[in-house]
Amino acid sequence: MILAYIQNFNGKFKKASYEIASYASAVAKMAGTSVLGVVLGSVAEDDIKGLEKYGVEKLIHIENANLTPFDPKVYSHVIAQIAEKNDITGFVFTNNNEGRAIAPRIAARFKAGIVSAVTQLPDSLSPLTITKKVFTGKAFAKTVVKSDKFVLTLFQNSYGLVENPVSMSVESMDIDVPAPAIKVLEQNVDTSGKIPLTEAELVVSGGRGMKGPEYWGPLEEFASLIGAATACSRPVADEGWRPASEHVGQTGKIIAPTVYFALGISGAIQHLGGVSNSKYIVAINIDKDAPIFEAADYGIVGDVHKLLPQMIEAYKKMKAAEN
Amino acid sequence: MKILVLISNVPDTTTKVKFKDNEFDKTGVQWIINPWDELALTRALELKKAAAGKIEKVAVAMVAEKDGEPTIRKALAMGADEAIRVDTKPKDSYSVAAELAEALKDQDFDLILVGLESSDYNGLSVGAMLAELMGINSVSAVSGIDLDGDKLIVKREIDGGYEKLDVQMPFVAVVQKGIAIVPLIPNMRGIMQAKRKPINVVAAQNIEPLVEMVEYELPKPKPPVKLVETAEELINLLHIEAKVL
Ligand SMILES: Cc1cc2nc3c(=O)[nH]c(=O)nc-3n(C[C@H](O)[C@H](O)[C@H](O)COP(=O)(O)OP(=O)(O)OC[C@H]3O[C@@H](n4cnc5c(N)ncnc54)[C@H](O)[C@@H]3O)c2cc1C
Repeated sequence: MILAYIQNFNGKFKKASYEIASYASAVAKMAGTSVLGVVLGSVAEDDIKGLEKYGVEKLIHIENANLTPFDPKVYSHVIAQIAEKNDITGFVFTNNNEGRAIAPRIAARFKAGIVSAVTQLPDSLSPLTITKKVFTGKAFAKTVVKSDKFVLTLFQNSYGLVENPVSMSVESMDIDVPAPAIKVLEQNVDTSGKIPLTEAELVVSGGRGMKGPEYWGPLEEFASLIGAATACSRPVADEGWRPASEHVGQTGKIIAPTVYFALGISGAIQHLGGVSNSKYIVAINIDKDAPIFEAADYGIVGDVHKLLPQMIEAYKKMKAAEN
Repeated sequence: MKILVLISNVPDTTTKVKFKDNEFDKTGVQWIINPWDELALTRALELKKAAAGKIEKVAVAMVAEKDGEPTIRKALAMGADEAIRVDTKPKDSYSVAAELAEALKDQDFDLILVGLESSDYNGLSVGAMLAELMGINSVSAVSGIDLDGDKLIVKREIDGGYEKLDVQMPFVAVVQKGIAIVPLIPNMRGIMQAKRKPINVVAAQNIEPLVEMVEYELPKPKPPVKLVETAEELINLLHIEAKVL
């Protein structure tokens, strides 16, 4: 079976949870086997039920007080016990903070070759062969796993949701959950309800060409109108025009939205390293020779300050015509 | 307290990547400390400086053949006290982690810092793997480390925010954005001193890799950008052609 670690976010599933189930289900199909989902911690009943739609045939759900706070050593110990009692050939995790913390521990424990941040299905399974980006997106490597078992971490948003309805059995298991060696002293979570950058389907990003923090109003208006998260280039965050959490690129967040709007961004290689997994890049730049146009799919050579208000109007007009 | 920082030797991030005979072509390449590792080391040295006497030493470790030594010297020039080099070519995350686990068996580091990923093979795995092989704790997504008395306070990024943690030592911290802002630049004195600092070369166990990269490809040239004149055309293209708005 393929073990999918299905992460919950404070007791709820998000797109990433269903995405990893979808991905595992496709890998299992290639291998002629089924998916064993693993959920750790309490999760809303409806969310659990939702996994059925994405091909999870068997789910092991463990609830235990020792599962909070998140301690990677405890989590990998629990997942390893589940794996040992089932016939697991491959493990899949989401390549986010939590997945990246657990997956390598599982790989080391089972001496399973790990391929991280994959964005597609394996080319074949015997042996597992998969293509992944290397050199921060400057090349692709065909990677072969030589061990019997494999571990993959899936780049968030790269596979998407694929329905594959099945009927799912949910079981618990008698398992040793050691006490965490981590104590939380303080927690600070944004409750503004804004879409987190790494999950957003649409991202509107501003660079130094925006000229200053006082010009961000129209950018934010456009973003909120289309339901996008906002991002920025490194100098913009360094200057304090925008919060550091918005910085994307090699030294910031790495994202893969459906559309990335690069407004007044030159398109430096270090910037592209963080956004080149986007499905579409839309560039607006006053300089027709800006490197961003080599990476972009669509674009306008022009002044972002003039164009943003026009984009807002055009979008409203388009939506009005639709209704 | 003793801190170890794992460093890897990577091509300068502006290198034009080329391949020859299905291997990375090293001709003319400048080698640097992997940027995340450099920031991790910077933070370790900042802590040592700030907490006089609390941190006995900051060491670095690298799995590399002799040609990795200039990069190790850079780390020593930044201020690391000593270095360990496991003498073998790094092959995959597992073999690197397993070589390090063996080399560190009789050492007593309280904190091991590892950068989020190396900018060459983007494996993202050595830190947590090493922790598992050593049987110790690990924390990932670490964006800050502070000393509070004798205690380390670890800042970890979580969904939509962060938390501050007290983690039982020894542990591995996989660090990312925020751990330090700008890398420490070695000064002349540091560079001179680095020449006399010890690099302990440890024989490798020749652990077999579990993963192999068999073929490389450069990204295909993408179709040229579709340029339009007006905002309205752009929005309509995204709506009708790309179907994303
Ligand atoms: C080790 C390293 C790591 C780095 N990591 C990152 C990273 O993670 N992320 C990152 O972003 N950068 C990173 N950088 C910096 C990167 O090299 C660039 O300097 C940076 O991305 C440039 O930001 P920018 O595009 O906003 O600014 P600029 O390069 O100054 O570009 C501004 C653009 O705006 C255009 N413009 C000006 N006025 C207008 C207007 N009115 N309308 C439309 N367009 C206009 C200009 O033509 C120009 O193309 C890194 C650099 C190094 C050395």
